[in-house]
Amino acid sequence: MSTTEPAAPASRPTDETLLTVEDLEVAFATEDGLVEAVDGVSFELKAGEVLAIVGESGSGKSVTAMTLMGLTRSPNARFSGTAHYEGTELIGASEDELRRVRGAEIAMVFQDPMTSLNPVHKIGDQIIEQIQEHEAMPDQQARERTIELLERVGIPRARDRIDSYPFEFSGGMRQRVMIALALSCDPSILIADEPTTALDVTIQAQILQRVRDLREETGAAVILVTHDLGVVADIADRIAVMYAGRIIEEGTLDQIFYDPQHPYTWGLLGSITRVDRPRPERLPAIRGLPPSLADRPQGCHFRPRCPHEFAKCPEVPPLESRVEGAPGHRDRCWLSVEEKRERREVRPGEIGLPDKEEEAPAA
Amino acid sequence: MSVETAPAPPTGAAAGDGDVPLVSVEHLKVFFPIKQGIVVDREVARVHAVNDVTLSIAEGETLGLVGESGCGKTTMSRTIMRLIDATEGTIRFRGDDITAAGHKQMAPLRRQMQMVFQDPFASLNPRKRVGQIIGMPLRLHGNSRNQIEPKVRELLARVGLQPEHINRYPHEFSGGQRQRIGVARALALEPKLIVLDEPVSALDVSVQAQIINLLDDLQDDFRLTYLFVAHDLSVVRHVSDRIAVMYLGKVMEVSPSEELYTKPIHPYTFALLSAIPVPDPEENRRRERIVVSGEPPNPIDPPSGCVFHPRCPRATDICREVEPPLTRYPNGHLAACHHPLNVSPEEIKAAIKDGTSPLSCGEELPAPSEGNGSRPSADRQA
Repeated sequence: MSTTEPAAPASRPTDETLLTVEDLEVAFATEDGLVEAVDGVSFELKAGEVLAIVGESGSGKSVTAMTLMGLTRSPNARFSGTAHYEGTELIGASEDELRRVRGAEIAMVFQDPMTSLNPVHKIGDQIIEQIQEHEAMPDQQARERTIELLERVGIPRARDRIDSYPFEFSGGMRQRVMIALALSCDPSILIADEPTTALDVTIQAQILQRVRDLREETGAAVILVTHDLGVVADIADRIAVMYAGRIIEEGTLDQIFYDPQHPYTWGLLGSITRVDRPRPERLPAIRGLPPSLADRPQGCHFRPRCPHEFAKCPEVPPLESRVEGAPGHRDRCWLSVEEKRERREVRPGEIGLPDKEEEAPAA
Repeated sequence: MSVETAPAPPTGAAAGDGDVPLVSVEHLKVFFPIKQGIVVDREVARVHAVNDVTLSIAEGETLGLVGESGCGKTTMSRTIMRLIDATEGTIRFRGDDITAAGHKQMAPLRRQMQMVFQDPFASLNPRKRVGQIIGMPLRLHGNSRNQIEPKVRELLARVGLQPEHINRYPHEFSGGQRQRIGVARALALEPKLIVLDEPVSALDVSVQAQIINLLDDLQDDFRLTYLFVAHDLSVVRHVSDRIAVMYLGKVMEVSPSEELYTKPIHPYTFALLSAIPVPDPEENRRRERIVVSGEPPNPIDPPSGCVFHPRCPRATDICREVEPPLTRYPNGHLAACHHPLNVSPEEIKAAIKDGTSPLSCGEELPAPSEGNGSRPSADRQA
């Protein structure tokens, strides 16, 4: 493992910025008080790139993605910040404005293919409905287009299967239908929330291959929300790591994997079980638990679990570029870059967090 | 469990290798009938969930049982626990046949075999306090009330929870903590065997590592035997001494843990391994991947010959016609394939049909020609 310069990403995202999210905050009023699910998230999405938002449950990654689609609007939700997509400000947009964008410009694939399709409608009709909602198109033409879409996502005998109900499909096939549905209006942004988590690995490999091909063909940008760093390494161009509602580190694929700056990222990288390595004696776990979103620690949220905590940590570290020559690589940690590079290796060549206190609070 | 402490596992042979394995199944079949009819239920078909499996687990060993959804791994583990009845075959615990044991006969054995379930949110009664949940097995097995509480506190501490939390409800805990409660409940009766059905797949990665480490420590302390059922090959690598790979109700490969990853013999195992993305971008780009096409066929009507042949890139006529026997290679590595990977011609010549092969398989062993035994181009050696 080497410290690499920001390598050229495998694909070719252009410089055109599609989506700019600035200082997004989402809070929900609950019985336990105000839960700040997303706390000042800013990022940019360029045309044709795959941005992975990585984090554990409760990190705010799904809420961020769903808020862009206006899917978290509820009476108890509070929003601030902006998200600009081609002249539309999504956070403050009216339902009518959003409806024009949703599906046509920004489409979403959800985690659970078992529950995200309507069980009482034929899959073809569900796709045709979406096409005709956004485009005036005669039935027959919409049907042909749907068959074409189903073929493109790899559904065999699409002409026959178009009249099937969701229950007649396996999980992998349903997820393909979801992707076909999402692609039906040629969106320029595809938001995929844990698209392969519910699937078997061989099917996951097929779906990821499909997403990769489609990106090549259509040039759509993808926001991939996931907890699986294997999937990320496979498909992403850039990564934003979230923890307790904040982006704590952001950079290209190689920057995050080979020059990670935030201790939480080290812990995350260190605690994955790897199929391509002999097992270590013990897995380096991150001690403790993620904080409750209703009651987060002052300053750096990762502070109580971090073995490298010091006097400056109770102040909120800004998300800024700290590594010289890598302006896109930003993180929220007060340690100096030299200290980080020195401390993150628990064993030669291995990044992680030291297993300092065994008796630390259990998860 | 460190590799050194692992006892030499009696690979393959169900019984007769000297030591009696803690648990063994012989030619186990579990079929679920599909019934139709309004007045009279007629059986119209059968789901072949587990289809002639022979396996054994030695005391102190961790056997990983892996496969994709629908391969029969969960049915298999539940049948061993006697939660599902076997259609055919024998289940033995310490050599005693328990296939048809009744409630009375099972009661003392239940104490020795416990289970941890996949979903820590669904497997704990939300209306019971933690103390009641963990204390229940103790009460059922005749401990008095004042014996139970100190024992529960001790168990809580042992699995890394605070003993003061004895009066809390499950909803007050996170997923990882709940899974610790599930583990404490399984430990309460000091069992010999714990069946772990996807114990970490519902948890976040950083918490997964904590639970795996805990299971590891407990195994050392209590000399436990684990049957670790999972779909995630990378987690299984970190816990198992031996791994059995299942596909469509059949055992495809049984191997010492490390060898399965460096030297997969069955093309299905190789495909499974290569489908897993590695969390290392450079490694990922370098690695040649095989994406197997298609999906597992319907277990109501499994394919003839080798059940993997419709998806296998190496399949030939013999695969379509003859079910391959489980063939024994060095190190107790078994694989049911006519065209094995990663074995030398000498190893193929020396290979023998293993006694654990299904009854319906053919006699023909792989021939040391036709490209058999070749390494796939993607090198998996770490």
